Amino acid sequence: MRVRLQSGLAALALAIFIQTASAADTPDPAADAKAFRDYFVKKFPKVKLEDFVNGPYSLNEDMRRQWEEKEQFPPYEFALEAGKEMFATPFRNGKTYADCFPNGGIGIRQNYPYFDEKEGKVVTLELALNRCREANGEAPYSYVKDEMASLTAYMAFTSRGKPMDIKVPNDPRALAAYENGKRYFYTRRGQLNFSCASCHVQSPGERIRAETLAPALGIMNALPIYRSEWSGMGTTSRRLVTCNSQTRAVPLDTQSDEYRDLEYFLSYMSNGLPISGPGARP
Amino acid sequence: MRILSNGWNMTLAAVLLIAGTMPARAASEADFKAAYAAAEAAEKEASALHNQWTTTEATLAAAKKSASAGNFDAALAAAKEAEALAKASIFQATSEKERWKNAVIR
Repeated sequence: MRVRLQSGLAALALAIFIQTASAADTPDPAADAKAFRDYFVKKFPKVKLEDFVNGPYSLNEDMRRQWEEKEQFPPYEFALEAGKEMFATPFRNGKTYADCFPNGGIGIRQNYPYFDEKEGKVVTLELALNRCREANGEAPYSYVKDEMASLTAYMAFTSRGKPMDIKVPNDPRALAAYENGKRYFYTRRGQLNFSCASCHVQSPGERIRAETLAPALGIMNALPIYRSEWSGMGTTSRRLVTCNSQTRAVPLDTQSDEYRDLEYFLSYMSNGLPISGPGARP
Repeated sequence: MRILSNGWNMTLAAVLLIAGTMPARAASEADFKAAYAAAEAAEKEASALHNQWTTTEATLAAAKKSASAGNFDAALAAAKEAEALAKASIFQATSEKERWKNAVIR
């Protein structure tokens, strides 16, 4: 009798353990996003939630004053103008970028990246732009150079102020992509043994050499950015590649699954915060 | 209890002294090739784990450059260093496989 009771209890404990373990491993993007936001709000109680999209300027008053002055004549203005012109210029077949996107590509940046249920993968805005070019017989642009930055700068500008609105559908493939992005974000890599979180979760507002680290919350909302350090514009791809190199990790291919999933995860974390791109950073 | 007699101790000391003062044999091309192959294999494993380090790549390139110049001592040293770096990156990828979860904001 006692033996049967003991084995019954053991089975029950095992069942509870298995259930708890699998619940902990099941992706819950909404709960993650809430915890993510709460962490930054608690860490920086003086910063207004919507201000996190301004990166280091939201954390440092001196930098903010300099930035506000710079915004009178923003360094991304040339890229913005170029992007607007490129966007409107027809391809050789007479079609334009507007033909590839919902709402003619205007005011839609906040919906990227999205999970494409047909393809079963994450599609970023940069990838969608190059697919549009290729579908219309044009060569794709480099993901890290000026043309792509100009195009995305213009598209971001048309979405300014709109809240980031990334969806993770209840599809195991979408949840797996989200989880893969989350894994990438928190995994340490490179000889310096840094994860994305080492800088942008554990140390925002701190300096790393001459740079003030931006908080991860809202970090995607300002992209693409003009960086004084680069003396030019940079796409999301360029930002990710550079972050990896700085930790002495060999960067992955631009628009690799990992980078796409990382952008998906990080953008989802910033849902509800306004698009502020194109941005400018030191 | 003494493990070795005084005679044994002196012989051992003499051998070590001779070994320490003898010039090391210069590395050959074969030494370099073996070390480079081992480093490349480790780096290939790191690549499969999507976790290569820029320093490993740079050190492999330096090894090749030294070998091309006929400096097999430097080439061998660099190849061994590259292998150690690649192995460290493999260790990092393996240990981070589950550890990243500890850093997640909850």
